[in-house]
Amino acid sequence: MATLAVEVVYRGIFQRTLARNIVRNIVFAARKDSKIGTAFGRYSDSPERNGIPAKQFAIVCDTALELEESLAVYEATNVDVTINVDDAMCKGIESWAWYGLQPINELTNSGGTLIVTSRQDADSLLEDIHQKDTPYDLAIIPSTVSFSGLWVYKDDHTDMRILGTLCKVCPDLVSLEAMLESIQEQTGSGTKVASVQKAFDRTVTRTVEPGEGNTETPFSFDMPGWKTMEEGLVIRALPQGAGYGGGDEGYVPGRSEVFKKWSTRSMRPVINFETCIKCTLCWLQCPDTCFDVTPDGLYDANMESCCGCGVCEAVCPVPDCVTMVSESEFNGNDSQWEAWQKDKDGYDKWMTVLVEKQKSETRTHGFHHVGGYADEINEMEEA
Amino acid sequence: MATVKPKPYAESKEELISGSEAIGIACALADVDVITAYPIRPYDTVMQYVSRLKADGNFDFDFIVAESEHSQFEIVKHASAVGARTFTGSSGVGWFYAFEAITVTAGLRMPVVAMVGNRALDDPGAFGVEHNDAMAVRDLGWHLYWVATAQEALDMALIAWKVAEDPRVLLPFALSCDGSFLTHSQAIVQVPSQDQVNRFLPSYQRGTLQLHPDNPITVAPQVNEDWLMEIRKQTDEAMRRTSDVIKEAYDEFREIFGRGDPSPFIEEYMCDDAEIILVGMGTLAMPTRVAVRRMREAGKKIGFLRIKFFRPFPAEEIRAVLGKAKGVAVIDRDYSYGSPSFGGVLFHELRSTLYTLDDRPLMLNFIAGLGGREIKVRDIDQMVETTQTAIDTGKIEQETTWVSVRE
Repeated sequence: MATLAVEVVYRGIFQRTLARNIVRNIVFAARKDSKIGTAFGRYSDSPERNGIPAKQFAIVCDTALELEESLAVYEATNVDVTINVDDAMCKGIESWAWYGLQPINELTNSGGTLIVTSRQDADSLLEDIHQKDTPYDLAIIPSTVSFSGLWVYKDDHTDMRILGTLCKVCPDLVSLEAMLESIQEQTGSGTKVASVQKAFDRTVTRTVEPGEGNTETPFSFDMPGWKTMEEGLVIRALPQGAGYGGGDEGYVPGRSEVFKKWSTRSMRPVINFETCIKCTLCWLQCPDTCFDVTPDGLYDANMESCCGCGVCEAVCPVPDCVTMVSESEFNGNDSQWEAWQKDKDGYDKWMTVLVEKQKSETRTHGFHHVGGYADEINEMEEA
Repeated sequence: MATVKPKPYAESKEELISGSEAIGIACALADVDVITAYPIRPYDTVMQYVSRLKADGNFDFDFIVAESEHSQFEIVKHASAVGARTFTGSSGVGWFYAFEAITVTAGLRMPVVAMVGNRALDDPGAFGVEHNDAMAVRDLGWHLYWVATAQEALDMALIAWKVAEDPRVLLPFALSCDGSFLTHSQAIVQVPSQDQVNRFLPSYQRGTLQLHPDNPITVAPQVNEDWLMEIRKQTDEAMRRTSDVIKEAYDEFREIFGRGDPSPFIEEYMCDDAEIILVGMGTLAMPTRVAVRRMREAGKKIGFLRIKFFRPFPAEEIRAVLGKAKGVAVIDRDYSYGSPSFGGVLFHELRSTLYTLDDRPLMLNFIAGLGGREIKVRDIDQMVETTQTAIDTGKIEQETTWVSVRE
C-alpha cells in the first residue's frame, strides 16, 4: 500500500508540453507496474502566462481506493519528488494566482528528491534553494533549459532524461523496466528509450542536509477576510511615485506592497548605462512600469516589478545597451544603477562577462538562431 | 470514392484523459453530427479535444465555432430540429449569455446535449467551480446531471443522448461538470468499443416532428394566453415521463457496458445505518467519501448521499435514504442570496423534499468550495461535528454555515 506524488514545476506556455509529457508518462509507466494514477495541472495556473511558474502533478497508487484518498486533497501538500525544469526557479516560485514566494523544495518530503535541469553545480544551486528542516536529495541533470512556444515542442529529450532520472531516484514510483516498455509503446522511438536508460545510468544525487541552502525568509503576505476587504470589488490605486531615493530628482513609480515579481521572470535586463542615449523607449514601453528614472536621467530596471518579458531589449535602439540575461545568473535584486555609480569599472567588467555568457549560453523563449536546436542537441550529448 | 477511415475505437481500451476529454470521446462514439463552440474556460477543453479528433481524422462532424454563446446554442437548437445529433456547452457567464437560446431549446423540445463546465459567475472574474451557473436551468425543462468522475462523464454523455432523444422525452440534457476537478484532471478511463456503443445508442429519429422539405411543418409560432399553459403542461409531462426512460436506459447501459452504480439518480455511500448523512453533488464526493470512511473507522455512523440528477429531482429515492437519518448535512457549492434560510439551492430543494415525512431529520446547510476553493477532509469532519451537536442538544444554533471563509 503506497501513494507516491510527483510535482513538475515549469514555466507556463514555454514548458507546458514538457511538463505534460513527464506527468503523463509517469502514469502510463506505473500502469505497466499494475499501479493506478492520475495526472493534472494546477488549475489556478491556467490560463497560463508566458514564463510564469506553474505546476503539474502525477499521483501513483497501488489501489483505486488509495487514489481516491490522495485525490481528496486536490493540491498535494507534500510530494516524493519535485522536478524543476528551469534552474532559475530554484530561487522560489510565484504562480500568477499569487501565493507569495514558495521555496522550490517546499513540498519535497523528508528523504525525497529534488530533480533540477541545470548547468550549475549543487553548491551554486543551493545559494538559491531555500533551506529546509528535513534532508532531501538533489539530482542535477546537466542541461540547458528547454523552452518552446505554445504550438511547438522542442523535442530535445529533456522529458526522457527526467523520466530516467526519476526511475533511479524513486524506484517505488515506477520501475525502469516499466518506463522503458511504456516509452517504447507511447513513442515508438528507440532513441528516446536510450535517453531514458542513459539518464538512469548517469544519475548522481547529493543529500542536502537540514539548514543547508538559502537562509532568507521567503516573501509572503496575509490575504484579507470578508470583513476587512473593501466592498464592491474595489482596489485602491497605488499612491503616486516620488523622486529617486526620496530626493527631488528622478522618478520612482508607486509600487504594490503585495504583488511583487521576483522569480516570475526567467531573464532580466542588464543595462549598459554608458551607452544609454536616454531615449525613454524602455521606460515608456515596459508593460510593468519597472524602470526607475535616476537623478541623472538614466533608466534602472527595478527587480520588484520586472517580469522578464524582454520588451526593453527589443525597443532599445542602441546595440547591446539592454541585454536580457538568464535569471539564474543573479543572486540578488539590487539596483544596477547604484552598483554602476559606486564602481563603474567593476560594473563594466561584471556586465561584459554576463553579456558574453548570454551570447554563448543561450537562454531564450524558443530558439535563438537557425540551427540552434541541432547545436544544443550536440552540447547535451556531450554533457 | 472517398475511403472511410476505420473508427478509432474498434476495441474497448483504457485511456488517461480528463473529464472534458472523456466527453469529447463520447461525442465521437455517439457519432454526433453538429458541435458548436465558443471558447470559455473550462468548457473550452472539450472544444480543443474534439478539434483534435477532427484534425486527426478520427471523428467526422460539423464543427461550428460561433461568434458568441448565444449563436452557439441557437445553432444546435436548429440542427436538432432537422434531425442532427448535437452537442454544445459553455461555462459561467458564457452559459448565461446563451440563456435566451437555452430556454427555447427546452421549450421546443430539442434534445440537445450540453456540457456546463461549472464556473463561478462574474463578478469577480474567476475560473473555479461553483454550481450556480448550471442551476439556472433547473426550472426550464432541461435534464440536469452532476458528474463526479471522468468515467462517469463519458458514460453519462452516452446515456444523455439516449434519454434526451427518446420520443417519449425530447428534452435537452445538461451535464454539469466541476471546473478543474473534473474538466482538467486526467484519470484512467475505460473507453468502450464503437460496437458496444452502437448496440446501446440508436440513431436520433425526430419522426414527424423533424423539420424537412418532405415533412412541411412550422416550428415555434408565437402564442397567446389561450395556448401557453397547455404547452407548458406537455413539457411537464415529458419531464415526468423521463424518470422511467432514464431507468430503462441506465439498466441497458449497465448490462452492455458492465459498470455503474445501482441507481442512475443517487449514489449511496455507507448510508444504510447512518445517523448523520452528508449530501452533495459533483466532485466533492471524493473528499467526502474519504472523510466518511475515516469516521466509520473511528466508529461513527456517518454516510454520504450524492445527488446525481438534480432534474428530474429524485424525491422518492432521497426520502427513502434520508428519512432514516437523525441529521442531514447538506453541502452546497452554490448559494442563493436572500433565500428562505439564507442558504444553498440544494438545501432548499432537499428540505422541501423531506417536508412530507412524518419524522423529519434535523437539517443543516454548509456553503463550501465556492469559486473552486478546495473542500478538505477536515472541513467535512467539522460539518459532521456541528450536525452531531445539533442532534445531541436537539437545537440548531445556526442553519447555514460558510465553511473556511476568511473573516
